[in-house]
Amino acid sequence: MILHQFIDYELLRLIWWVLLGVLLIGFAITDGFDLGIGTLLPFVTKTETERRIAINVIGPTWEGNQVWLILGGGAIFAAWPPLYAVSFSGFYLAMFAILAALILRPVAFKYRSKRDSDRWRSGWDIALFIGGFVPSLIFGVAVGNVLQGVPFRFNNDLRVFYEGTFFGLLNPFALLCGVLSVVMLIMHGSAYLMLKTDGPIAERARSYGALAALVTLVLYALAGIILWLGIDGYVITSAIDPHGPSNPLMKTVAEAPAGWFSNYGAYPVLLIAPILGLAGAALAFYGFRARAEIATLLVSALSIFGMIASVGVSMFPFILPSSLDPRSSLTVWDASSSHLTLFIMLVVTAIFIPLIVAYTSWVYHVLWGKVDANSVDDKSGHAY
Amino acid sequence: MELDIVALSRLQFAITALYHFLFVPLTLGLSILLAIMETVYVMTGRVIWRQMTKFWGTLFGINFAIGVATGIVMEFQFGMNWSYYSHYVGDIFGAPLAIEGLMAFFLEATFVGLFFFGWDKLSKVGHLVATWCVAAGSNFSALWILIANGWMQNPVGATFNPQTMRMEVSDFYAVLFNPVAQAKFVHTVSAGYVTASLFVLGVSAWYALKGRHIALAKRSMTVAASFGLASALSVVVLGDESGYLSTEHQKMKLASIEAMWETEPAPAAFTVFGFPDQESRETHFAVRVPWVMGLIGTRSLTTPIPGIEELVEHARLRIKEGIIAYDALQKIREVGSTTAVSAEVRDAFEANGADLGYALLLKRYVDDPRLATPEQIDKAAWDTVPNVPRLFWSFRIMVGLGIFFIILTTTFFILSVRRKIDAYPWLLRVAVFAIPLPWIAAELGWVVAESGRQPWIIEGVLPTAAAVSSLGASTVLLTICGFVLIYTVLIFIEMGLMLRAIQKGPDPDTEPEAELISPHIVPAE
Repeated sequence: MILHQFIDYELLRLIWWVLLGVLLIGFAITDGFDLGIGTLLPFVTKTETERRIAINVIGPTWEGNQVWLILGGGAIFAAWPPLYAVSFSGFYLAMFAILAALILRPVAFKYRSKRDSDRWRSGWDIALFIGGFVPSLIFGVAVGNVLQGVPFRFNNDLRVFYEGTFFGLLNPFALLCGVLSVVMLIMHGSAYLMLKTDGPIAERARSYGALAALVTLVLYALAGIILWLGIDGYVITSAIDPHGPSNPLMKTVAEAPAGWFSNYGAYPVLLIAPILGLAGAALAFYGFRARAEIATLLVSALSIFGMIASVGVSMFPFILPSSLDPRSSLTVWDASSSHLTLFIMLVVTAIFIPLIVAYTSWVYHVLWGKVDANSVDDKSGHAY
Repeated sequence: MELDIVALSRLQFAITALYHFLFVPLTLGLSILLAIMETVYVMTGRVIWRQMTKFWGTLFGINFAIGVATGIVMEFQFGMNWSYYSHYVGDIFGAPLAIEGLMAFFLEATFVGLFFFGWDKLSKVGHLVATWCVAAGSNFSALWILIANGWMQNPVGATFNPQTMRMEVSDFYAVLFNPVAQAKFVHTVSAGYVTASLFVLGVSAWYALKGRHIALAKRSMTVAASFGLASALSVVVLGDESGYLSTEHQKMKLASIEAMWETEPAPAAFTVFGFPDQESRETHFAVRVPWVMGLIGTRSLTTPIPGIEELVEHARLRIKEGIIAYDALQKIREVGSTTAVSAEVRDAFEANGADLGYALLLKRYVDDPRLATPEQIDKAAWDTVPNVPRLFWSFRIMVGLGIFFIILTTTFFILSVRRKIDAYPWLLRVAVFAIPLPWIAAELGWVVAESGRQPWIIEGVLPTAAAVSSLGASTVLLTICGFVLIYTVLIFIEMGLMLRAIQKGPDPDTEPEAELISPHIVPAE
């Protein structure tokens, strides 16, 4: 294996940092509307038929969308093993809550229509709501905590110790980010419902969507201001070797007031990310009011892209800062896999992502069109 | 077993893995059977085959949902409960998991939607392609997870990097074409095919006994018997292959499965029955067949198979070499890199580095392995023996069931060739009662593979006890209770839905016979 020497380690780490973002954003945009519709389910649908229509809107595709999350987990494991080790064990109970919700969701989709009983179905409706709401909230809470730094440290053997508590995760700023995440995905789910349905569901989705877009805009701006004024960022204070071994303990790190905004000063072009986040949400608000079906979904996706990207570029090169022992912080330069592994994974990704995009688009194409009462009429026995 | 964090983490992993593996084998096999049935439909145009595909597809869907849901748990748990493991081997182990997502899960998950929702939206051939993609996706996923697992059993193509304190990949081809992984893959998917075949056979036999859906039942039984026979043979042949490979790579696992306390003169005898006693290190009431073990294990009459006591002596030596490596590693880390230390230290590390993991076995008894007493080294050496009675019995029950599956599928295959598949009600009853048996065999297979690797999480590289996350025992106990609660509720719901769907039977398919793709293919009947 000499081939991997053609792409140097620094560039590979950067590429994998971008790919990490692509995966998270891919998950938020595709599975995002599934999660959002799950959260919205009790509110946008009143009758059993309406509920079935809403569920069947995401019925054929939620499964593929959820794979983005599984792939995200796998990619973090493969490309950023220390990040995988620290975040999954540190956020242990939060991860368990996500898992519990995500176990319920696939089962709820498949089993809901298997029995003709109102109690049975309303039980699964609650499961679908939990399966949408809880992961949306926790993902946001996690981002809120990452921005503030997480209380972990490594010992000399690079064994990780997490010294926070589960309830420590639920601090005000993190909860704000959690609510922002829920509302953002409600906006996105509403946009998809407006595109895929007609009549009362689409109308209710429109009003919820417009409200959610507005709240998203306000909360995102608010979170930005708090981050600017009240939360310290981090900076690396020792020399950086972008080709160095992945050992976080070889650097020194200091806290810096408004440190998460210094990248924008150095590279103003990065401001495009937060601007997209704000503008996307604002345009989505008008999109809902104007019934612009496809356009609203697009700008909502742009807004999600902008908001998540802004978190990434604000923190660069940090991926997971440590509030307990800042030098233990994980950065792009010291938390990756080896040169060879990053290269192999890049080759594999370059082969499969185009394939996946191709067949996923084909499936969406096959299933194109509105879902209405006729299409959930149980002739085949397979509609949810 | 006291309730320490290692025991609890292992318990949680075992519960969630064994539970996940209740659904995986059926998914692996049934997806292929669905694809076969639909292929017959597309080639012959006979509507009954479409009806069969849809009916077994409904059962597939009920099973698939929980398989997917519990699979996410498996992937997340490495980081949650085994964070030092994730750090230590993520550079190698993470890649196959990520590739599994890219190559298998997307395929499977995207096309399973089309399988259920696409009957009216796709052409016949288009839908068939979707079904085959689901089958390919689930089987690819088995390939990649077993490449990952095979590496845990036989960690090839990786070296320890003192600067990052972890294993890093040095030869990806070796990881990919690990012979243990290849044997495990074929063995495991074949086991899945047997599970699905016996499931289809048993359910159809029940219909035949009740006189319901005879056309569907007979055809399904024919497919299941022939596919099941081929798979049952493959399980045993490839099981033998993994046995052969473990004589090369996991001698201790093999010796423990056979409860071979002492090395015997070649060719060794096979103990068919007995009660292995871990304390006194002997097997009571052993019934032994001469020569057989030597032949299976080494494929020769002259190569001896080392017994447990001899292997413990090997481990003792390797622990001592591991201590030398550990000492050299500490010196290397004091100065920061392998190039800055004296040639003497570097040579010591290079000569003994492969045994570094053996020094970590001592961490249970002493913080710094260099300070270990001979008694502690002795204890650690004996720790390398897994739970012998558990392995001995799990293996024998699994093999016994495997042989029964061959007999059963052969019987039904012969009956189907003679067109008497539903002629003997007592045989049909046997088929119904055989439904749960492949699950028992598959779960025991997991126990043999994973329990047999203890005390290692990565054979010879990292002890299980060193691999856990630094979590509180009560936290893990809490999530164990959570998983048990959710999983128990789900299994009752799942079984309930399965039984209802089987009770209800296939939906009537009133649509006219489809047109043939080619008039040259004569419909079967």
